[in-house]
Amino acid sequence: MNKFWIILFHTYFNKLKTKSFLITTLMMVIITLALTNLNNIIEVFDKDSGKEKVGVLDETGQLYKPFKEQMSSLNKNFQLTEFAGNEKEAEKAVEEGEIAGFVLLRYDDQQLPEAEYKAMSVADSAIYTDLQSGLQQMKTMLAASKINLTPEQLNQLYEPVSFKKVALEENAKTEEELNQARGLVYVLLFVIYFAVIMYSSMIAMEVATEKSSRVMEILISSVSPIKQMFGKILGIGLLSLTQLAVLLSIGYFSIKRNMSSLEGGFFDAFGFGNISLSTIAYAVIFFILGYFLYATLAAFLGSLVSRIEDVQQMITPMTLLVVAGFMIAMFGLGKPDSPFIVITSYIPFFTPMIMFLRVGMLNIPVWEAALGISILMATIIFLAVFGARVYRGGVLMYGKSNSFKDIKKALQLTKKE
Amino acid sequence: MVLKLEHVTKRFGDFTAVKDLSIAIPEKEMFGFLGANGAGKTTTFRMILGLLDSSDGRITWNGQPINYSTSHLVGYLPEERGLYPKLKVSEQIVYLARLRGMPKSEALSELRYWLDRFKVPEYENKKVEELSKGNQQKIQFIAAVIHKPKLLILDEPFSGLDPVNVEMLKDAVLSLKEKGTTIVFSSHQMHHVEEMCEHLCIMHKGTPVVHGALKDIKRAFGKKNLVIHADFSLDSLKEYPGVVKTRSTTEGIHLQIDGEYVAEKILKDIVNKGFIRKFELEEPSLNDIFIEKVGDTYE
Repeated sequence: MNKFWIILFHTYFNKLKTKSFLITTLMMVIITLALTNLNNIIEVFDKDSGKEKVGVLDETGQLYKPFKEQMSSLNKNFQLTEFAGNEKEAEKAVEEGEIAGFVLLRYDDQQLPEAEYKAMSVADSAIYTDLQSGLQQMKTMLAASKINLTPEQLNQLYEPVSFKKVALEENAKTEEELNQARGLVYVLLFVIYFAVIMYSSMIAMEVATEKSSRVMEILISSVSPIKQMFGKILGIGLLSLTQLAVLLSIGYFSIKRNMSSLEGGFFDAFGFGNISLSTIAYAVIFFILGYFLYATLAAFLGSLVSRIEDVQQMITPMTLLVVAGFMIAMFGLGKPDSPFIVITSYIPFFTPMIMFLRVGMLNIPVWEAALGISILMATIIFLAVFGARVYRGGVLMYGKSNSFKDIKKALQLTKKE
Repeated sequence: MVLKLEHVTKRFGDFTAVKDLSIAIPEKEMFGFLGANGAGKTTTFRMILGLLDSSDGRITWNGQPINYSTSHLVGYLPEERGLYPKLKVSEQIVYLARLRGMPKSEALSELRYWLDRFKVPEYENKKVEELSKGNQQKIQFIAAVIHKPKLLILDEPFSGLDPVNVEMLKDAVLSLKEKGTTIVFSSHQMHHVEEMCEHLCIMHKGTPVVHGALKDIKRAFGKKNLVIHADFSLDSLKEYPGVVKTRSTTEGIHLQIDGEYVAEKILKDIVNKGFIRKFELEEPSLNDIFIEKVGDTYE
């Protein structure tokens, strides 16, 4: 077998077997399952605590019934009970935990309802907001009936204005499509971001480990550093695809299973309902290219340190680049067509995230995406050639080495003069 | 199968690590490199292996440059020992052997042969980090020779080993030589080179100060050692013409002399002074030559 493949599979299987990799994958699976089942999980917890009793102390003797009607149309889970007794007794009931809180209903000077809510704490804003909007509606109704408005007239008054956004550009995405794309792009950006950070530091670590354990010298006397570097990059790449495949398929089936029960809800809004094929294709392309860009960078940075402790320090600037790209992309989600986003999408270190964002959210001409991809690929090739030279010298350098001056030194080692 | 270095020079910026080194190492020979730290031994080895390019000159093996297409014929034991600490012995030896072009099954049986030979067959499935330093060194040696190289480069193979293991490793090296392997090795310890090598080269600050066959080097050095044990005082010999260096011992005196003729004269002069227990003319040791050539005390 070719030595390149030996290195590739050695890296792959060795990493696959490690406990840390298995544990990380397991944890990610659990997180994926948890996220995709978030609705169910919240429901389970809400079953106990959701139906909190709120007492109503109605001083008017008339308001309780309409208020209860309003509340039950607002939120079925809300439990209102009329509290018979005075304020002191109600307060005592709250203190003893019989009811979560109580509402004091009375008329103000104009014979319109006003209320006071008393509870142990007012931290649960959900209860508070619900009560407030219930009261507001009741007050509107009472006020309306006072000036003799019919319910029809009232409805007209409150009907929301019809307002549609229409993009005139041909093929432009509709508002609904844009919302879906935003959700999908958001999720995929996260995947790219985490994968790049995680796997590129894994590569830097791997190279530094070989160097610090000094096995490197034997390795480079048997296999050229370039083969070695790319064997490693592809080996870890294969590992990342394995991990992602596991996570994505688990995530996909988990969502599919929930889909029937959650139609039109959370998942539709996130664009999982109908993922467009081209977006997926772009996601894969940008993921792979992004990986190669940062993996190559990480491999040659890793070759410059001689102690494992220095790895993090060495790759910090690279990590910051990824973070910056991610931040810009997050900003771009709201304003994908701003000139700033357009410009940054051509900077190769940001292209994987930001060009993907543009492709996913807007309908940009194919040549723009192609140009971005070309620049990115050219950068990868340049980094690979340059990185391989640094790697070749870097792996022979030992001693205190954690500055970027060492790149020059490493290059010098590979030169004839 | 001649390994040839022709006017090889290596510069790192302004610093010259190796200067105009020319040697030829014939097939099935054992060649020794001697030199203090920083003398340029490891740099020379790295150039032979093709890890570094020489600034000037040529390195060829059988007329061909050594590169990755010949790496299955070359074995290397680096000075800085290193193996994957977390891998089992068998896993990493097989991996390293496969990278040198040896099939897996062959590598395994060869590994077992060597482990048996070093009397440590139980290490096959142990992790390297669990082994003692000396035993790691044995594994490292196996990694260098597992693929039956034709050219074996050993950088300080015996440093840090106890005498029993040194003997064991020496035996292994000699048996490889008998099987026809060309071996180049470096050492701080003169007696290893003296015992094992036909040819050698002493490096000093990048420059080869002496090189050639061991016998020729000793002959050309001219000076000899004379050991005399006698019942009378030998102090007068310290001022004797032709005596270069003296060292008194409890039993007598060690002299370094300019040549055999000095020994003859001394013997004539002292033979009537009393009882002489020992009068021995010795070839100069490599250590003497080294100190003379490199100019500072060593070992």
